[in-house]
Amino acid sequence: MFMSDKQTPALSKERAEYLRKVRFRKYATLAVRVLILVVFFAAWEILANLKLIDPFITSQPSRIIRTLGNLYREGSLFRHIGVTCLETVAGFLIGTILGTGIAVLLWWSDFIARVLEPYLVVLNSLPKIALGPIFIIWIGPGPMAIIVMALAISLIVTILEVLNGFLSVDPEKIKLVQTFGANHMQIFTKVVLPANVSSIINALKINVGLSWVGVIVGEFLVSRAGLGYLIVYGGQVFQLDLVMTSVLILAVAAALMYQGVVWLEKKLVKNQQMYGQL
Amino acid sequence: MAEELVEVRNLGMKYQSPNGEIEAVRDVSFTVRKGEFVSLVGPSGCGKSTILSIISGLLKPTAGSVRIGGEWVRGTSEKVGYMLQKDHLFDWRTIYQNVVLGLEVRGTLNRESREWVLSLLKTYGLYDFRDKYPNQLSGGMRQRAALIRTLAVNPEILLLDEAFSALDYQMRIAVTDDIYRIIKKEQKTAILVTHDIAESISMSDRVIVLSKRPATVTAIHDIRFNLKERTPLACREAQEFPGYFNMIWRELDVHV
Repeated sequence: MFMSDKQTPALSKERAEYLRKVRFRKYATLAVRVLILVVFFAAWEILANLKLIDPFITSQPSRIIRTLGNLYREGSLFRHIGVTCLETVAGFLIGTILGTGIAVLLWWSDFIARVLEPYLVVLNSLPKIALGPIFIIWIGPGPMAIIVMALAISLIVTILEVLNGFLSVDPEKIKLVQTFGANHMQIFTKVVLPANVSSIINALKINVGLSWVGVIVGEFLVSRAGLGYLIVYGGQVFQLDLVMTSVLILAVAAALMYQGVVWLEKKLVKNQQMYGQL
Repeated sequence: MAEELVEVRNLGMKYQSPNGEIEAVRDVSFTVRKGEFVSLVGPSGCGKSTILSIISGLLKPTAGSVRIGGEWVRGTSEKVGYMLQKDHLFDWRTIYQNVVLGLEVRGTLNRESREWVLSLLKTYGLYDFRDKYPNQLSGGMRQRAALIRTLAVNPEILLLDEAFSALDYQMRIAVTDDIYRIIKKEQKTAILVTHDIAESISMSDRVIVLSKRPATVTAIHDIRFNLKERTPLACREAQEFPGYFNMIWRELDVHV
């Protein structure tokens, strides 16, 4: 067990030195991170002002802020963000739930898993974007087709990831509950599922990224609203300010959603087990 | 003489796989009396664990039969408690939640059984740790918790499958002593499978020596010590110990 600081009010010199180093490292990391960001945007702005790079092609931070303001005044800023986020969340949720559900089915029946294996392999290696035009024709150009696109990209990966987790549960743990006479359902609920909270969360993390890819591709192909639409439209009319603004918003939104999953993970894992709380 | 609780008769087991057939057990017969501690000793991979799995009802034998308390074994039974190599406490459950796992699975978790579990935890010094998680406990305490999980469903027979073999040597001797006392105190019948000759002699009333695969019974020895209070540690130091050890060692016929 580690000696906690409370038990030893008088820190040894070495300990104090160590703690100071840890703290210094933490702040230094943060400072350099912020510095990189500031330098990047400052250089971008200055180089564009000095006409060393062409702001017509590269845009620049001040133009991005202006564009943001314009979009906000037009009232379309939050509409576009909202549409894209909604589609992403829908694709993400459906992909996760459906994927996990199918993984459960495949775990349950060895026979079905064997039968479907080659199909999953082919579908997994197929670039799902190629299916875009088919979805548009079948479903019609609109949010539904975009969600299906996001689903197509994330679903197979989810199934494989979660199934892999289910199958890697220690067979001795399963034997243990079997000695108590557990049935298939109990093996799943008492062992396989709780042992796989972390692999399901890993699937969620991958899914967040994939859902964004699916939604943006979908919006490239069909949409009349959303950040993907703004990017494509901005490109077509050669308005790089609009493109850059949309990309930045996208980066922020995607990062926030990923953090959401990380937060959820902390919540779930904390309820489940307390790591290293000796 | 006490009644015979477990009766294993002409047991045989052949495993099938695409690469062929493996005969793990051939014509094994023995009985275990109520309250007795019996060890099955044999070389690694000889099919000892297969015999335990068959007794527990997890495996169907391809020949022969097992009767527990006069009843044929046809699937897992409430009379049998199984201890595996590792404690396999679930990280995501507290000690209390781990210990009631068997009751939960069997659907017999009620006020009475809950009180029984709490009394076990109290008796064996884990009551204060009931809300801790397994990774907060020492190896020895984890083994105790695993044993209490098995005792919670109140089995008549304990099957110990190379139990404690995942522990390091010093810990293992201490845990063996600990678990032995608990098993004797609860007056349980036990069958231990091990490849450790010293462990089998120090714990058992009888040692059944098995051959290498396919496992057959080579010899059965009654183990008697002239001790006031028998514990595994005391047995290891008793004068009869080396004699038993050498005899069983020769019978195992180990070649490098």
